[in-house]
Amino acid sequence: MSSPPTLVVDDLHVTYRVLVGGKRAPKGRRLFLKRALPLRGTRRIQAVRGVSFVGYEGEAIGVVGRNGSGKSTLLRAIAGLVVPAKGAVYADGQPALLGVNAALINDLSGERNVTLGGLALGLSPKEVRERYQDIVEFADIGDFINLPMRTYSSGMAARLRFAIATATTRRVLLVDEALATGDAEFRDRSEEKIRQLRDEAGTVLLVSHNLAEIERSCNRAMWLDQGQIRMAGDVGEVLDAYRQATRARRKGRLGQGRK
Amino acid sequence: METSVNNLRPSDVTDLPAPGTAAEFAARHGLRRVGARPGPIRYLRQLWERRHFTMALARSRFIARNQQDRLGMLWNVLSPLIQAAVYATVFGILFTSRPDNWPAYVVSGVFIFTFSSRAITEGAKAVTGNAGLVRAVHFPRAVLPITTTLIQLFRMLPVIAVLFVIVAATGEPITRSWLLVIPALAVQAVFNLGVAFFTARITTHIPDFTQLLPFVMRIFFYTSAIFYEITRFPESVRPIVELSPIYTYIALVRQAVLGDFTPHAFTWYVGGAWAVLALVVGYFFFWQAEERYGRE
Repeated sequence: MSSPPTLVVDDLHVTYRVLVGGKRAPKGRRLFLKRALPLRGTRRIQAVRGVSFVGYEGEAIGVVGRNGSGKSTLLRAIAGLVVPAKGAVYADGQPALLGVNAALINDLSGERNVTLGGLALGLSPKEVRERYQDIVEFADIGDFINLPMRTYSSGMAARLRFAIATATTRRVLLVDEALATGDAEFRDRSEEKIRQLRDEAGTVLLVSHNLAEIERSCNRAMWLDQGQIRMAGDVGEVLDAYRQATRARRKGRLGQGRK
Repeated sequence: METSVNNLRPSDVTDLPAPGTAAEFAARHGLRRVGARPGPIRYLRQLWERRHFTMALARSRFIARNQQDRLGMLWNVLSPLIQAAVYATVFGILFTSRPDNWPAYVVSGVFIFTFSSRAITEGAKAVTGNAGLVRAVHFPRAVLPITTTLIQLFRMLPVIAVLFVIVAATGEPITRSWLLVIPALAVQAVFNLGVAFFTARITTHIPDFTQLLPFVMRIFFYTSAIFYEITRFPESVRPIVELSPIYTYIALVRQAVLGDFTPHAFTWYVGGAWAVLALVVGYFFFWQAEERYGRE
């Protein structure tokens, strides 16, 4: 690959500590205090286990994998929103993450959210003013822009978030299922936008369960399985293998069901 | 499991130069480490760069607060008025030996106490209560406690107007020393911010802390000579109360607006010292855990 790298992910491990609700099995010796107090135990979950890859300028990398395979965690770690337990991420500037859960402030109007979102992403007030019209037009939510975001449909909110996030010129853009809630027309436009961002010498990482969308938007793909890269490379090859595995698994389950 | 795919190991398909050389490879291409905590000075500069965001967030949240209410922003004046009426009446009935100009004495105490108490309890929720924002966007997290402190400062402006009206209505002459309320609030806001930094981080470690905090604030409410005079304390304890932060900030405002009190330089030194101490300790304490916020 001749174009320069914009993203280096080096042996990335992410471990979550979650509070575990409910009763724990009274196993082994435990301190009296711990037994007496209803302290909730913590469990470690290894969401990402040693992922390494390099993203180059003008690339779009699709990330596929089953639910819970670590896709979203990987993206959040690349965005610097979770701290890796081990390993590191290096990027050209601060990567921007665009996800479904990335709720802005629901009590505020779309207009205020555009301003806040833009400023939060590091735009200057002047840049926000300059891009405001483009953002609103791209989101295509009409008069709703003046209403609080809690009145929006999920599709409208997703469109506005997408429009805000793509208004910044980040070299690395991470998209997490953000296009799933849009209608067909919006998906077309957002795919177009992703291609455009790629052309502007950025790197896009796209997490999606919609394999056709990944095929259309990405040139490379990565298959995550239990927090590790199972396969990575040309988008066609990876998706073929992934589809095959999915089919095989489904067949296996059906077979078991018949017994 | 499948055969052909299973044999592919990460090293076969990723294009890292060689294991262990990623940092050097990244540096060669001008890439910076993502999410690494900056030094305390650089962090301060990043905060300054986000000043527009901080102000916009504080303003938006302040406006959004009462948007669901019929009377909207009017509540910013109404609620301190009601609060003043309730406290002045209740404590007026309960206490027979009252300080001079009782209503102004109690109201100034309650208002100034509420400023710190709200800033600290809201500050405790600054990071945990903004999970959506924290998960979505990368920015120096200290923006959040600063925002909650700013919101309380905005709320304080109509409160001070109400205080001035009550003080004037109870027969206190309007003097130039009333202007001292402005620097007094500024110093108190700095103290509030410092403590907010502190409580904001504590809550990210121990969420239960917010359950405990109201009781801590209650202790200050009862011990800061808000509805009784400081002379009620025995001589031995009095210096401790006089040096406590909340009492000091109440005293500063009383010295400014009540004729029975005269401004003391010493009270200003104590108030200033608390503010600087809280800010420096709070800032470093919050900054140390910058990478942790938003993890859970």
